[in-house]
Amino acid sequence: MLSIDNLHAGCEGKTILQGINLDVKAGEVHAIMGPNGSGKSTLSTVIAGHEEYNVSQGSILFNGDDISELSADERAHLGIFLSFQYPVEIPGVSVTNFIKTAINQNRKAKGLDDMPANEMLKKIREKAALLEIDSRFLSRSLNEGFSGGEKKRNEIFQMAMLEPKLAILDETDSGLDIDALRIVANGVNKLKGKDNAIVVITHYQRLLDYIVPDFVHVLHEGRIVKSGTKDLALELEEKGYDWIKQGA
Amino acid sequence: MDLKETLLSSYLAFDAQDGPQRKLQDERAAAIEVFEQQGFPTIKQEDWKYTSLRTLTKTHFSVFPKEDVNLKLEEVKQYILQDVDTYKIVFVDGVYNAYLSETTHDGVDVCLLSAALTKRKFAPVIKKYFNQIADKEASLTALNTAFTKEGAYIYVPEGKVVEKPVQIIHFATDKNPNMILQPRNLIVLEKNAEIQIVERHQSLTAEATFSNVVTEIFTEQNAQLDYYKIQNDNVEATLIDSTYISQQKHSHAKVHTFSFGGKLTRNNLNFYHKAPEINSTMKGITLIEGKQFVDHHTLVHHAQPNSESHQDYKGIYAENATGVFNGKIIVEKEAQKTNAFQQNNNILMDDKASINTKPQLEIFADDVKCSHGCTIGQLDEDALFYLQSRGIPKKEARGLLTYAFANNVLQSVQIDSVKKRINKLIANKLGVNIGFDV
Ligand SMILES: Nc1ncnc2c1ncn2[C@@H]1O[C@H](COP(=O)(O)OP(=O)(O)O)[C@@H](O)[C@H]1O
Ligand SMILES: [Mg+2]
Repeated sequence: MLSIDNLHAGCEGKTILQGINLDVKAGEVHAIMGPNGSGKSTLSTVIAGHEEYNVSQGSILFNGDDISELSADERAHLGIFLSFQYPVEIPGVSVTNFIKTAINQNRKAKGLDDMPANEMLKKIREKAALLEIDSRFLSRSLNEGFSGGEKKRNEIFQMAMLEPKLAILDETDSGLDIDALRIVANGVNKLKGKDNAIVVITHYQRLLDYIVPDFVHVLHEGRIVKSGTKDLALELEEKGYDWIKQGA
Repeated sequence: MDLKETLLSSYLAFDAQDGPQRKLQDERAAAIEVFEQQGFPTIKQEDWKYTSLRTLTKTHFSVFPKEDVNLKLEEVKQYILQDVDTYKIVFVDGVYNAYLSETTHDGVDVCLLSAALTKRKFAPVIKKYFNQIADKEASLTALNTAFTKEGAYIYVPEGKVVEKPVQIIHFATDKNPNMILQPRNLIVLEKNAEIQIVERHQSLTAEATFSNVVTEIFTEQNAQLDYYKIQNDNVEATLIDSTYISQQKHSHAKVHTFSFGGKLTRNNLNFYHKAPEINSTMKGITLIEGKQFVDHHTLVHHAQPNSESHQDYKGIYAENATGVFNGKIIVEKEAQKTNAFQQNNNILMDDKASINTKPQLEIFADDVKCSHGCTIGQLDEDALFYLQSRGIPKKEARGLLTYAFANNVLQSVQIDSVKKRINKLIANKLGVNIGFDV
């Protein structure tokens, strides 16, 4: 599904990603771990298509097609979703109006008419229930004044609504208490299937207890320096990153 | 002849005509003298520093319509609020159009200034209020006074809550090209009276038009005024709109100004407090492009204690558009415990767009709360990326963010039909389908 080859990317003349190789197939869950500043958010942002970052070398293929020239919205239309580490506050647009707009713009890109209002409402209710989101919350301005946990839960709500092919979750677990973590993980697991793939970026094993990865990668200084199975995550939890930094 | 000379010579003809203007001979004679002395404002004057009328004063305009014009409802329907029951005072090329209008004398007077000037029963109101709050020394207001003949006259007696909003609409047509229109409105709300008013100027011709409008409003004790100005004229239209509001105790006057059209628009919006415990609200959305120019000059004169004023203006400027915001707040020594808020936020969509924004505070009382802030920025790139990453294309994402930026001004609009219309105008202007109703 996602095939990244020798990716070098950065911004403002600074190369942050220094040759990433990553292959994610449909049905798989990958975890990316690594110390702060190693390039995890940059990688997810580059995959999602932020214009500020430019790719200087290498390629990103999605279902076999090079997507590096596509805008972020075109990538979203293909089914790429990023749950932001720091979701942006948009005062003046409610959660509901935002998600309606997003859904209908995705449909438009596929040549479909707007989703009928009752169907939309039903879907919003169902996904809000899945993530235990109160209906009052949905009429608030998007992310404005949300707690860290509310922001993350709202990201996963959007994911549930959009039903992407590839979901990249950038530190979705930070700011969540144990109960919220379980709810969010449950939401993510609902998406999991043989046609979908999930990339989980996290520092902690506790999220991986719920969303069990098939592969774990360690990112350091813009490179994947180690890959393994879920046991690698346990090892990192125990020993920290220093042994990997030294090895690299 | 430049425009000043044209106007001065037209004045002689106007003054010699028989008509309602006869009733105001003294006021008009004094006013034309002020205009003759001062002429059109120039950029050398502090208040007009950024607003040049040079091109305007070199353009030929005529004062008198040559032809009577009949407009069909179909031709102008789109400019009139239809989905709400309203009174309407409609003028075409400066002349009252009975067919498109719906006036009343049933419990409230919604009619013409020309009628109010000539009928004896209105004489006490005219005497008490006409030209009493307008700035006699402002040259363009004086020019309007000198040519006073027609406009809207609204008198709401004590305790009357007018259930239907009033629309005041001015059309300019190509039957009388290059007209200068100078409507004069007088609006009086007696004690505990309430009214909603929507005002609009619409040119239907590709030729230049020039409207120099003066509106005087008096809100007596506890009266509530809710006024909307929809400025979405075509790109050859110039509008100088001067509004003077005199407020008595416990009255609340709210004015929303939506400036989307026109070539050059200058708003002079003035609130004068004549008693304590008064509330004044002024809000605006300016959304312009091309070479459009919109200037907001506001004034709140806090003269007595315990009053409030709220100003919230949003500006969005694309391409070569230029904006001006000058918000003057005077707090007199007696006006203790005044709360005055002023906010002006702007987004420049393109490099060549510009805004000159300036608060002007003159505070002589010591126990006051005054806050003011202005911002000038671009759309937030991270917010754009966030929206795009959800599948919303850039153009729509920009539209949505711009809409969101203006949104809190729309929230205080009390007439649903106005809110929907402005919402739609914003969406159209931004070239997007916002995808939801407000
Ligand atoms: N927009 C940017 N401009 C300049 N430097 C950036 C930008 N984004 C990230 N960086 C730098 O790139 C490195 C990787 O950052 P990031 O991808 O956020 O790491 P992580 O998510 O692994 O903590 C850091 O040194 C960071 O300062
Ligand atoms: Mg990060």
